[in-house]
Amino acid sequence: MFIINCPYCGERDQTEFTCHGEAHIARPDNPSEISDEEWGRYLFFRENPKGIHFERWTHDHGCRRWFNVMRDTVTDQIIKTYKMGEAKPEISNE
Amino acid sequence: MSNQNRTIYGGKVNREKPINFVFNGKSYIGYQGDTLASALLANDVHLIGRSFKYHRARGILTAGSEEPNAIVQLGLGARTEPNIRATEVELYEGLEASSQNCWPSVNFDIGAMNNFLSRIFPAGFYYKTFKWPPSMWLFYEHFIRKAAGLGQSPTAKNPDRYEQKFYYTDITIVGGGISGLLAALGAGRSGCKVLLIDENPELGGYLLDYNFSINEKDGKKWLKKIIEELNGLANVTILKRTTAMGYYDYNYLTALEKVTNHHVEFSSTLPRERYWRIRSKKVILAQGAFERPLVFADNDRPGIMMASAGQKYLSRYGVLPGKSVVLFTNNDHAYLTAFEFVEKGAKVTVVDTRDLLNARISEKCKSLNITVFKSYSVIKTYGDKKVNRIEIQQVDKNQNKLTGEVENIHTDCVLMSGGWNPAVQLFSQSRGKLKYDLKINTFVPDKIIENQKIIGSNNGQFNLQENLNESFEAGIAAANELNFNSVEKVNWTGKEEIEFTHSDIEPYMLGKKKVTKGSKHFIDFQNDVTAADIFLAQREGYISVEHTKRYTTTGMGTDQGKTSNVNALALMSHIHNKPVDEIGHTTFRPPYAPQTIGAIAGRSVDKLFDPERKTSMHEWHVENKAVFEDVGQWKRPYYFPQNKEDIHQAVKRECLAVRNSLGILDASTLGKIDLQGPDTAKFLNMIYTNAWSKLEIGSCRYGLMCNEHGMIFDDGVTSRLGENHYHMTTTTGGAARVMSWLEEFLQTEWLDMKVFCTSVTEQWAVLSISGPNSREFLKDLTNIDLSKENFPFMKFREGEVCGVKARVFRISFTGELSYEVNVPARYGRYVWEKFMEHGKKYNITPYGTETMHVLRAEKGFIIVGQDTDGSVTPSDMNMDWIVSKKKEDFLGKRSFTRSDTVRHDRKKFVGLLVNDKKTILPEGSHIVEKALKQPPMKMLGHVTSSYYSPTLGYPIALAMLKDGFSKMGEQVVVPLMNGKIIEATVTDTIFYDKEGKRNNE
Amino acid sequence: MKYSLYNLVKNSFSYHENWEKAWSSPDLKPEYDVVIVGGGGHGLGTAYYLAKEFGVKNIAVLEKGWIGGGNTGRNTTIIRSNYLWDESAALYNHAVNLWEGLSSELNFNVMFSQRGLFHLAHSVHDMQEITRRGYSNYLNGIDAEILNQDQVAKKIPHINVNGRYPVLGALLQRRAGTARHDAVAWGYARAAENLGVDIIQNCEVKGIDISNGKVVGLQTTKGSVKVDKVGLVPAGHSSVLANMAGFSLPINSVPLQALVSEPVKPILDCVIMSNSVHVYVSQSDKGELVVGAGSDAYNSYSQRGSFDMIEHMMAPLVELFPIFSRLKMLRSWGGIVDVTPDRSPIIGKTPVKDLFINCGWGTGGFKATPGSAHVFAETVFRGEPNDIAAPFSLERHFSGALVDEAAAAAVAH
Repeated sequence: MFIINCPYCGERDQTEFTCHGEAHIARPDNPSEISDEEWGRYLFFRENPKGIHFERWTHDHGCRRWFNVMRDTVTDQIIKTYKMGEAKPEISNE
Repeated sequence: MSNQNRTIYGGKVNREKPINFVFNGKSYIGYQGDTLASALLANDVHLIGRSFKYHRARGILTAGSEEPNAIVQLGLGARTEPNIRATEVELYEGLEASSQNCWPSVNFDIGAMNNFLSRIFPAGFYYKTFKWPPSMWLFYEHFIRKAAGLGQSPTAKNPDRYEQKFYYTDITIVGGGISGLLAALGAGRSGCKVLLIDENPELGGYLLDYNFSINEKDGKKWLKKIIEELNGLANVTILKRTTAMGYYDYNYLTALEKVTNHHVEFSSTLPRERYWRIRSKKVILAQGAFERPLVFADNDRPGIMMASAGQKYLSRYGVLPGKSVVLFTNNDHAYLTAFEFVEKGAKVTVVDTRDLLNARISEKCKSLNITVFKSYSVIKTYGDKKVNRIEIQQVDKNQNKLTGEVENIHTDCVLMSGGWNPAVQLFSQSRGKLKYDLKINTFVPDKIIENQKIIGSNNGQFNLQENLNESFEAGIAAANELNFNSVEKVNWTGKEEIEFTHSDIEPYMLGKKKVTKGSKHFIDFQNDVTAADIFLAQREGYISVEHTKRYTTTGMGTDQGKTSNVNALALMSHIHNKPVDEIGHTTFRPPYAPQTIGAIAGRSVDKLFDPERKTSMHEWHVENKAVFEDVGQWKRPYYFPQNKEDIHQAVKRECLAVRNSLGILDASTLGKIDLQGPDTAKFLNMIYTNAWSKLEIGSCRYGLMCNEHGMIFDDGVTSRLGENHYHMTTTTGGAARVMSWLEEFLQTEWLDMKVFCTSVTEQWAVLSISGPNSREFLKDLTNIDLSKENFPFMKFREGEVCGVKARVFRISFTGELSYEVNVPARYGRYVWEKFMEHGKKYNITPYGTETMHVLRAEKGFIIVGQDTDGSVTPSDMNMDWIVSKKKEDFLGKRSFTRSDTVRHDRKKFVGLLVNDKKTILPEGSHIVEKALKQPPMKMLGHVTSSYYSPTLGYPIALAMLKDGFSKMGEQVVVPLMNGKIIEATVTDTIFYDKEGKRNNE
Repeated sequence: MKYSLYNLVKNSFSYHENWEKAWSSPDLKPEYDVVIVGGGGHGLGTAYYLAKEFGVKNIAVLEKGWIGGGNTGRNTTIIRSNYLWDESAALYNHAVNLWEGLSSELNFNVMFSQRGLFHLAHSVHDMQEITRRGYSNYLNGIDAEILNQDQVAKKIPHINVNGRYPVLGALLQRRAGTARHDAVAWGYARAAENLGVDIIQNCEVKGIDISNGKVVGLQTTKGSVKVDKVGLVPAGHSSVLANMAGFSLPINSVPLQALVSEPVKPILDCVIMSNSVHVYVSQSDKGELVVGAGSDAYNSYSQRGSFDMIEHMMAPLVELFPIFSRLKMLRSWGGIVDVTPDRSPIIGKTPVKDLFINCGWGTGGFKATPGSAHVFAETVFRGEPNDIAAPFSLERHFSGALVDEAAAAAVAH
């Protein structure tokens, strides 16, 4: 039961949010020009790392905004939340 | 004789207030302040129940929530509850309880035969037998199931209510013993918001049962003052009778408060229990410790209990559980209980596993006439339903064996103490790491993960003086870390006569092979796991702690191993000759103690299980006897039966009314999304499969949405209301999904698009009127020009209907001339009633979803989610006409060209007409290649929709059929489960008004 | 020593001192013909069938913790085969056929208890769904009965058919039921070891050696090992191992929780599943109600879930069985489930030669254990999937030939 710091509303309970999987997967600009395999990779294949994961959440029972979360999938600790469009944070090696 | 084991004086029960209760059908009297366990002991009842596997006689082992043995069936009828710990039940007038897992009675239990057969029932025996013949397992299992289980489930609906409470606080302190109280005081004086949780009816914990001094004065008075001060602090909330159950991430705690469990009368206003869900900036764990049992042969007989439990029964409840008492200990601290028992008139013998004894204790024993057997162990006990004799033998610690003569001691109560284990369950739930402490020989907290502190004996520290001062300081520090002001530190001098400092772990008496043979040294009392079982598990290779636990079931009873875990691990360490640290421990999982299922469900029961969504005309439908169907959370009229009509008769009448004159449908549940912004058309071009750029203001267009896999996912009509303003409709069930889908792309993919989406589903009531008379009918009620020329099909107009501002869409899902009248939701019923009144001359007929389905099926219109299932493309549905060939891109387009999606033998959407013109195919029945006598049969497709068509006078069906478009006119067969085989002809999907004239009228 | 009642009685005279180890703890050898990574039911079963049916001699199973400690020992033990699509039905029914003889085959009682499973239908749409599935099952030769409300009420005492979402009917599969989860891992381990398989616990794979596109060895916490073929069966860590081999998977690993109540005397003698009210429940032989529901939506390897999911199991349970309201929840736990886009597993080849994978079983792997192990053994042995396994290739994510069990239950109107 996380506390998630919505970039628009501040800290709120996890129950207000929904997770929508991996972030920073851009839809191909030219779908018709890529192969079935490339298209399949875009649709289905995911990093699913054991460690730092970048993922999309929405504040459903709040501002209804989508934003990104950087979280460790081993400890479930949220390292950072940031708005859509912002650059993917660096993973520090600490 | 009543209360024969009650001391003449002492204890905190109110002897002026007798309480009548019944156990196993017999009436007894206890006192206010008793628990069921203390009252039973006071009345010399020691046999409480039977154990899980061997049905051994069991009594009362502890005096708290860790009790494995004394679990009873409490209450009667719908309020009965199984597996309730008698040690926790506060006595109330009229309480009725009975023993579990015994038949015909706890005194004479047939199941006790298992005890004599126990040699062939070691741990895991069932894995080795009952395998032959395979078909008989259900038969064997029937008896195994009957023998297992503990108490009985109620068989009637629970009449009680439970509540949930969400709570936010600065600091939550778990445990209202001295450490928790002082931490609360430190934090409370700093002014921060404190929640103190304790599972007992009275604060004070351990110190309520033992004597101690503060600043050289009686500690009990001081304790009272501390509690008084806490009660006076407005920022401190104290929850008694509340057990912290779960410790989830980010300091999220759950706790179960017993609100009326101890009440005499059932309350109509108060809930039975209240489930607390607590979010806390900081948590301080101060749960204390559990005393550890000793492991010896037949250590489970009634009359054998923990020393601390004996202490509590005596000092708290004024109950002397025995008169000729043996204390079996491996530590100094338990001697306090021996002294207390002597003082209250018992004869005490001590069996101590150690050879050196503190001189002060030795002397006191001498002066109190206590015989001490040093370096001795209890090796066996006797007594059918209560212990009456024990055998003891000398221990040679160096050689790890028993030596010398076996001696006998007659006794009626054995108190045991094997040291203390900190209650690390919640700490471990919070991902805290444990380490093994070689001084007190148990697991203690090591690394903290959450924003948390752990104090007192819960942290493995048993010195009163240190605990007093450090706990208070921990409270201050916690407040400080949350930026509250510091308060002055206090230095108390606290003293117990004997403190718990260290103890060994005692598996040595098991070192001799002899004692594991055939005798039962219980490790886990409730699940009947013996030391021999642990040995067996190791011999058979179940060496990991998890394997041992699962193979023997140790630690898996309702006490979740609170008394057994450490001994089991120590024994494994002994067997493998490895430090306990290397053996490891199993993971502690929520809940800390069994928690009521109904309390977790809270108020989400019955009508409140899930919200009911109702349209603004709902009450009219109710008054007019509609039968409803659930569509998602919505209640929709299914049909409106008149004069005992069944569904078929009603639907037939409703269908014909629409086809011949005028019908009205409450279509308010359709999803409605208001789209505004300069990029809306561009956006719709990406969302829908067809083109939207050229849609004129005032026009409507049907659209199909696909997901990125190219599969149909929703449909609806979207209308252009203004230059940059659109009104989208979705399916009823898909409304939220579509809204989220739109937002996903606007917010994550096309951030530069200027489009705003607003769900307006509940803002509009939608009255769909349909039938050849709908124009004539509506004409009188509106200022909108309804003429064919000025308001053609697929157009939208604004105006007034029945004097209410309305949006009217000329769209049709029935194939008839139709208008969808949208009025602000609050006018829904008003306009509906006006329509019903004015429509009388057209015999206006309200119809429900079933008629809607029939009418649209006659026209071959699809229902997403019924005719489609998330695995079909527009092309599969014969809807290529709605897929733009010109648009470079839209969601799903790329997937249409994958090899599987272009496969020619995919299932395609077709019509089916049964050859007998009678049979209505079941929706979901399948078309097969060839009808055989019995399955398996190769399937070619399935029926998605199927109805009797009142308009046509015969049944029609829609189906998905492999390569269906090239099978028009062909014969297919549909075998039914009842053995009948139905023949049908493949047709196109439009059964009525193929040219579409009627809705263009 | 054979497990039998005779031997149980015989051994009782020697206080059970003479039972052999169910499986031992051999050292890792420097080289194996086949190494199976993952000591759950699927992995151990794969090794067993490789040895027994395909005569492979030199096999090891590497388990990073203790065998059966992953999802094998953390699920709600439901076994059924009444899936909608032909491909799924073939796979899961293959498993049920094997389940029926498994206790005898392994000489280890896995307690497969065919007490029947009811899928409840709560709406017209649900009825259509179970009818379609029921017909599909029936025609595939899988037992299916479609029941109405009265039949459900009669067959399941104490169920509340008139709740917020009334029970309108049910799909019954009588051959479905439950089994003892731990016993499956232990039984396969014991039987595999009897055929010469090395079962190596506490042995984590840290690297996969690939040469010229072919797997040649593994780096483990117990040293390196040369291999001819590798089968990855690492539920909960599929992506982690795939990443080691240099490819990714269409998988997300999410937390799934389950719980049991305190044990009570027999009160529920079948398995109940409700997709709409969203809970599944059965009663174990010990008397505990075993309850499960949905998974959390976020990726996690912590084997913990959110409390919300627990609440969302208890409310539906009380909705369906108001009599259980006073019972107590005893223990909850979490597992990591590898979820694929179509909720169907991935069985077959990988981009690396001689490296095969069996993963992505989501929340439904236990029921498939013997079937999955059996078809995967053949896949590893022949280097090609058999007919049952073929539709579950990784390649389907490119061609679009998903076996979409999730889509079939779609709700709309």
